[in-house]
Amino acid sequence: MKVIYLDNNATSQVAPEALEAMMPFLSNRYGNPSSMHYFGGSAARDVALARESLADLLGVTPTEIIFTSGGTESDSTAILSALATAPDRKEIVTTRVEHPAVLNLCKHLARFKGYTVKWLSVDKEGMLDIEEVKEAISERTALVSIMWANNETGVIFPIEQIAEIAAEKGALMHTDGVQIVGKVPLDLKKTAINFLALSGHKLHSAKGIGALYLKKGTRFQPFMIGGHQEYDRRAGTENVPGIVGLGKAAQLAAQNIEQERSRVKALRDRLQNGILSSVKFAKVNGSIDNRLPNTLNIGFEFVEGESILLKLDELGICASSGSACTSGSLEPSHVLRAMGVPFTMVHGSIRFSLSRYNTEEEIDYVVSQMPLIIGSLRAMSPFGQDRLNSACVVQ
Amino acid sequence: MWEYTEKVKDHFFNPRNVGSLEDADAIGEVGSLACGDALKLFLKIDPETKRILDARFQTFGCGSAVASSSALTEMIKGKTVDEALAITNQDIADYLGGLPKQKMHCSVMGKDALEAAIACYKGEPAPKDHLDGELVCECFGVTDKHIREIALQNRLTTIEEVTNFTKAGGGCGLCHDKIERILDEIRDELKQKQTTVSSAPREMTNIQKIARIQEVIEKEIRPTLQKDGGDMELIDLEGAKVKIAFRGICLSCPSAPLTKAGIEAKLKELVHPDLVVEEVSA
Ligand SMILES: Cc1ncc(COP(=O)(O)O)c(C=O)c1O
Repeated sequence: MKVIYLDNNATSQVAPEALEAMMPFLSNRYGNPSSMHYFGGSAARDVALARESLADLLGVTPTEIIFTSGGTESDSTAILSALATAPDRKEIVTTRVEHPAVLNLCKHLARFKGYTVKWLSVDKEGMLDIEEVKEAISERTALVSIMWANNETGVIFPIEQIAEIAAEKGALMHTDGVQIVGKVPLDLKKTAINFLALSGHKLHSAKGIGALYLKKGTRFQPFMIGGHQEYDRRAGTENVPGIVGLGKAAQLAAQNIEQERSRVKALRDRLQNGILSSVKFAKVNGSIDNRLPNTLNIGFEFVEGESILLKLDELGICASSGSACTSGSLEPSHVLRAMGVPFTMVHGSIRFSLSRYNTEEEIDYVVSQMPLIIGSLRAMSPFGQDRLNSACVVQ
Repeated sequence: MWEYTEKVKDHFFNPRNVGSLEDADAIGEVGSLACGDALKLFLKIDPETKRILDARFQTFGCGSAVASSSALTEMIKGKTVDEALAITNQDIADYLGGLPKQKMHCSVMGKDALEAAIACYKGEPAPKDHLDGELVCECFGVTDKHIREIALQNRLTTIEEVTNFTKAGGGCGLCHDKIERILDEIRDELKQKQTTVSSAPREMTNIQKIARIQEVIEKEIRPTLQKDGGDMELIDLEGAKVKIAFRGICLSCPSAPLTKAGIEAKLKELVHPDLVVEEVSA
């Protein structure tokens, strides 16, 4: 069965070009970039080139890039460094809708390390109130950590503006850029952002590789301590294949970022409009306008997300859900709940996230199947029969 | 991804007996939209023989909720009302070839709906009226009575198990202390029962003894050891000598003798006062 992959916010296909670039470093070019001999040492050149490609994508200089094992390590490194280098400040400002990589670390710091965490709320569109952000940040704030784009809804926060506010108060600014990098053009040099975390597997390179942008002049304390790799900022022998693949993926993303952005957005809108016009009682979660071009989070009333996913899966369609039943816990999506999405909609919410590898045919196929899937599940549901068929519910 | 059995998938993709019955003699409804799953069960019952002639369901929920509902209707058709009431949530899970442990609450929902329908038929108040008893879990609206009953029936001993079976404690987590207290009460009651039983003279065959020892080890001892990264295994029983081996961190633990004494005390208390524990290296 052909797979229709619409779960790119979870992870993405490795670009064939990135895979090709990685292969030599997984086979004959296995040397260590720190070695004195040419066989190993020459890999340092490939690492440097990858660093340049990634720096270009972000609009920064190569020395501002630290390669890490992924988004989570980059988030932890940034947050812990910011706190360690501002020992007199004991407050963290973040949001209720962060990825667990930030959310759970902040909870941990509040619980065990005596930090006060200010949790910013979002409105029903998933947006922040900038006045509230201003109020929360003060001279006591060590760190502001706010994601740039939300992984569940795709909602984009005004990070440049927030970084300015943080800078005015002398607080460091970290942003989890895992979902936005490669999808929307960025020019970090012009911003006051101190740290940005990114992850390779979300932008068509391998899992287990990522990077941290560290603005020049930002106080820094390493997370991994040991050898002298990454200019003494991240110890451990470099993941050379991963780094080279990430470099290639960054180069590919940068090449066509504007065209791909509008092409993917057109596909996403086609999916969105197709579903909304053929399925009743469906609603997009999150701001329509301030959103990643590839993400569609949509809630269906009277049905439960896992059932929808199972039916999609049977057709080879990959998506994900904010429903409790899919998470392993009983709690449905913290993001949708923070937005005040009614429980009835949260349980039936599905996230489709596209990439440049999706086609119009794939989207049309999904659009054609959704009314059948939702229809069959609603026919089975004890709720909403009256609203759906205007027949009476037995009491 | 959940590991669903082929039987679960079959009952999800091809659910049996979906729909409602116009002239139902009994209707049982449990769950809500907010909870994430709900089941409405319709029964047609022969007034003479009290046999269930037909059963239909409507379910809102995940794959295993739909499958449990479908399985339930298949299981009860043709049974008398009293035979149907004897079905446990474990029977529903077994019928499906098992459910992931986090999904056991789906089988409990099936049983609850059945009890509600039959109570409705008999003209009794709904037994699992969630307002009956003291509300413990506010997130999912679960009372102490319900937790108690399901915990006893399924021999649940940890909060996690209670959450898997009833959903209680799976939300904000504020009720964990209350659930722990209920579990403590149950444990104390069982212990008292046990001591009254063991004070009476009783003879067990070796097989029965081993089974009972194994049960005590699984329920009472291993969970505690595992909390600290340790573990143990029952190797053999020779007369009154229980041979065990430590695993994990217990192997190098300086307090292993203490642990051994603790295990012996537990086994003496709950199985037979003559038992002694011996550590072997196996
Ligand atoms: C917003 C966000 N931050 C962080 C991460 C974690 O990244 P990684 O899987 O590379 O550790 C993810 C991926 O799940 C994410 O979506």
